[in-house]
Amino acid sequence: MSRGLKNYEHVLRMAGLFATGIAVFLVVRWILVPADFGVYGFYRAGALDDVRARPMAYAGHDTCAECHTDILEQRKGSRHEKVNCESCHGPLATHASGDVMKPGKPELKTVCVPCHTKMDGRPSFMPQVDFKDHAGDALCTDCHKPHSPKIQQ
Amino acid sequence: MSAEVTTNRREFLKDSGKWIVLTGAATLAWDFVVEGAPEQAPNYVATDHWWGMIIDIEKCIGCGNCVRACKAENGVPMTDDAFRTWVERYTIFPDEPEKPIVESPNGGYDGFADLKMHGDAAKVFFVPKICNHCAHSPCVQVCPVGATFESPDGVVLVDKTRCLGCRYCVQACPYGCRYIDPRTETVDKCTLCYHRITKGQTTACCETCPTGARQLVDLKNPKDPIHEFMRTHKVHVLKPQMATGSKTYYNGLDMAVR
Repeated sequence: MSRGLKNYEHVLRMAGLFATGIAVFLVVRWILVPADFGVYGFYRAGALDDVRARPMAYAGHDTCAECHTDILEQRKGSRHEKVNCESCHGPLATHASGDVMKPGKPELKTVCVPCHTKMDGRPSFMPQVDFKDHAGDALCTDCHKPHSPKIQQ
Repeated sequence: MSAEVTTNRREFLKDSGKWIVLTGAATLAWDFVVEGAPEQAPNYVATDHWWGMIIDIEKCIGCGNCVRACKAENGVPMTDDAFRTWVERYTIFPDEPEKPIVESPNGGYDGFADLKMHGDAAKVFFVPKICNHCAHSPCVQVCPVGATFESPDGVVLVDKTRCLGCRYCVQACPYGCRYIDPRTETVDKCTLCYHRITKGQTTACCETCPTGARQLVDLKNPKDPIHEFMRTHKVHVLKPQMATGSKTYYNGLDMAVR
């Protein structure tokens, strides 16, 4: 019996080595892999909340519409009716949250240019002009009201 | 040695009763409802949504609003090689329909120049590009550390805390939608404004598109206009031969667009 055990000693040493290796692997794995890894798939479930946590820069049209009903009324029936406020006014979540009470107005010289300058590839449904030809040095807003751009006589 | 019990019987019965009667999301919302502020409850259920986008090329006027809005909303570096969305202009001459001239100066951020050279001789149009949020993303498949993934609501996202910056995914994306953020040396990409769409807002690019050429869509919502749109338009995805399961549907896509 004792002779038999003696013959197994090298196997036990080997098994011990393996067990230690596995234990070290499990400990390292436990330290390195986040607890919520693999809840939904091969990724950290908390990453979804990390991405979600980013603050918004654009408040969204419905948020603007809650207070600025007079402007919405002006836009009614005009060709700009369906253009969202922040398309021209820029990101204003800081204004909607009350941090910035008086946000700057859009730059009158440039605000119309991105959409209405004449350009190769711009579809024909879009009213577009060569600004120098069309108005010289006058501002667009001298004739057109941005919220209701058709010229009223 | 026994672990200390921190829940008494009353609390246990109350909590378990709440879970049994209300189930899942309603339970999480209950405390907010009692407080009188139900709108603050975390009631977004990812599996109720399957996000995608419609891009109507015939409505795109190449103004670059989407590119500027995306950079402002998401803090994308202002360099000319980092874009989550960008606009390309295709110029195609009739004798060479498969060899378009493609330009995208600074991603369309500053708009496009009026070339005044083609007249009616060429077909010229704009194509807004964005992450296609593929259902079977090649970029997700190659990530060795699980730093990029398809969320349960069908958005391909990046876990910046796990990304090694190995750039496998940048090479794997057939649409060129990924870039390395020089500030963190990790990969970054369009999140489909995940921080907005999970709170009931649309994406920044759709919000600022003046013609409605882009529309965020929820394919799992039976009331979403996408179902009507898909029924009445001939839509196409980019590189269908790659079998990526792209969820960015283009109306009026020319064969020359890659």
